[in-house]
Amino acid sequence: MANKLIKQMGLPNSIANIFTARNIITAKDALSLTEFELMEQLDVGMAEVKSAMAHISEVVCPPCQTALLLMEQRVRDERSAGHLPTRLRGLDEALCGGIPFGVVTELVGPAGIGKTQFCLKLSLLASLPENCGGLDGRVIYIDVESKFSSTRLIQIGIENFPEIFLKKGMAQEMAGRIVILRPTSLSEFTESLHHVQVSLLQKQVKLLIIDSMAALVLGEHDCGASRQQALGWHVSFIKIFTNSNSSDKSIRSHSIKKEDRAAYDSHLVAALGINWAHAVTIRLVLEARSGQRFIKLAKSPISPPLAFPFNITSSGLVLLDDDGIEMKGSEINTIHCQGQKALFNSEW
Amino acid sequence: MEVGMLPISASKRGKLLAAGYTSLHSISRASASQLATDIEVSQDEACEILKYASQTSALDPSIGNSNTSNLYGGQTAWTMLNEEKFSTRITTSCVDLDNILGGGITCKEVTELGGVPGIGKTQIGIQLAVNVQIPLEYGGLGGKAIYIDTEGSFMVERVLQIAEACIEDMSEYSNHFHNNVQDCEVKMHPNSILENIFCFRVCSYTEQIALVNYLDKFIEEHKDVKMIIIDSVTFHFRQDFEDMALRTRLLNEMALKLMKLARKFCLAVVLLNQVTTKYIEGSYQLTLALGDSWSHSCTNRIILFWNGDERHAYIDKSPSLKSASAAYSVTTRGIRNSNSSCKRIKIV
Repeated sequence: MANKLIKQMGLPNSIANIFTARNIITAKDALSLTEFELMEQLDVGMAEVKSAMAHISEVVCPPCQTALLLMEQRVRDERSAGHLPTRLRGLDEALCGGIPFGVVTELVGPAGIGKTQFCLKLSLLASLPENCGGLDGRVIYIDVESKFSSTRLIQIGIENFPEIFLKKGMAQEMAGRIVILRPTSLSEFTESLHHVQVSLLQKQVKLLIIDSMAALVLGEHDCGASRQQALGWHVSFIKIFTNSNSSDKSIRSHSIKKEDRAAYDSHLVAALGINWAHAVTIRLVLEARSGQRFIKLAKSPISPPLAFPFNITSSGLVLLDDDGIEMKGSEINTIHCQGQKALFNSEW
Repeated sequence: MEVGMLPISASKRGKLLAAGYTSLHSISRASASQLATDIEVSQDEACEILKYASQTSALDPSIGNSNTSNLYGGQTAWTMLNEEKFSTRITTSCVDLDNILGGGITCKEVTELGGVPGIGKTQIGIQLAVNVQIPLEYGGLGGKAIYIDTEGSFMVERVLQIAEACIEDMSEYSNHFHNNVQDCEVKMHPNSILENIFCFRVCSYTEQIALVNYLDKFIEEHKDVKMIIIDSVTFHFRQDFEDMALRTRLLNEMALKLMKLARKFCLAVVLLNQVTTKYIEGSYQLTLALGDSWSHSCTNRIILFWNGDERHAYIDKSPSLKSASAAYSVTTRGIRNSNSSCKRIKIV
């Protein structure tokens, strides 16, 4: 929308020609200048600038929809553009059906806690046919740290849906819907995002998983401003095509360890900083406290912050309690980690 | 008075100065045809320049205008006092928060709300979009709302929840005050509340600026809009903006336009802002984003923060409200009083 040419907007020829003569070609060029600056550059009076800008703004402006219309669309497209049920009852109830479409969801947690396991299960669920509660669509898995394990994927599939996976050829078809990309640097990742955008429109991609964002950036930039800037473009890009294509995204993020001298447990902080924290709509924090793992719904526009205890079994993540414990205050965003020993104690 | 103040093109200004017209006084004394021949423009253009010159000189007290109360667009403080006394405010549904705000969010002003992710900014935004529709009989404005969503965090399911809770509260309120059962029936349906919220989904800063420009025309066509909420005003201005000085100018212009809309149509503008870390006095602290010059742009500024386990709102800047803080909570029914401070149910 922003790149629309001023020539094609139906402005009277005299003023349209003046814009072109001063090298203001797209709407973005015109709107990136204040009205006063335009007056100076185009050498026309304020009234003319104002009416030309009003016209351009009307053309570039996004369409208006009432909330009622959005609601009706949501209900109608529940199947194709509603939610991806995670099969974890407590979490699905809290999220009104599952991971919603059209928004960015983030998974944060210390190493070994179960983020990749969760992502594997989600990619499986997205590829399942609709009569089993799946989305019947394709999945694009951007695997930066080479953590994707097909064997484990099939194992989760067999444990959870034996009737589908033991049928001949089904395992191949399900696994065939998951495409794995392995960029090794931020620039390769940017390129693959561009390719993905094209294929999203052609094929039926319903889920995009990026595992993990921080790994891409940690290697290349120092802390702080340059990292924020490097990711800034990616954030808005992902958000925009998330919305326009109604597929949903799940992004994992690393965590860096920050030693807290006073406490026994060490406290972790999500790696990508506060700018990123604002950019995601839903944030799931995985942590371990006194030997028990929790999945916390730390940021969500629909539900209060809830924590669910879980374990990892051969069939993936399993919630131990579907009601969830409500959290308040600083507890919501802190990530507890109890050292390496407790985390390797999984049962599969 | 300077000729440079006239809103005409730079070349015309140059011609005026070259012909010897250095002050507005000298221009207004000349006739249109004299002006036209002196600076070699058409008769119409000369008339326009004369018109601008006389309008601008009306604002200058040195020209000796005795009738000061009808200055081009001016009002006396006395008329404004009467207006301010009787202006209705938009409640936030939390009594403590309303108290520190002097009754609620005021119309004709731009209020900025900022806080860390997950503190409830979008929740307050949605609550206000619903509350502005409370009919006049119940102390509201009976108006419509425009919700500008830049981050994709507007979830319709949540709006429905809050709308239903608001209608239940209204019927409970009328149960207390009306004996006649027929009077108690609230004639609103959650769907009609949803229908009165106009949503725009903005995907870049160009669209955001275009939309703010277009709002003037939109509100002319929908005169009962009484609330504009931008959630959040920061998001697109934080990603990949290389020229910070340009960003400041664009933001200032946007703020001025919003202020103008608020005054012209007598509505309330609520801007939601994010936080960033800033190096102040030797340590990194959290402050609201968009920089120091933006912090001057809004009329009122409220900061939302965590105080232990409770959410608090603090009035950081306001020309008429005292600096105070209040606790609030986010419940399934929307924004309400924080439990610990509420010993009795207060009937408003």
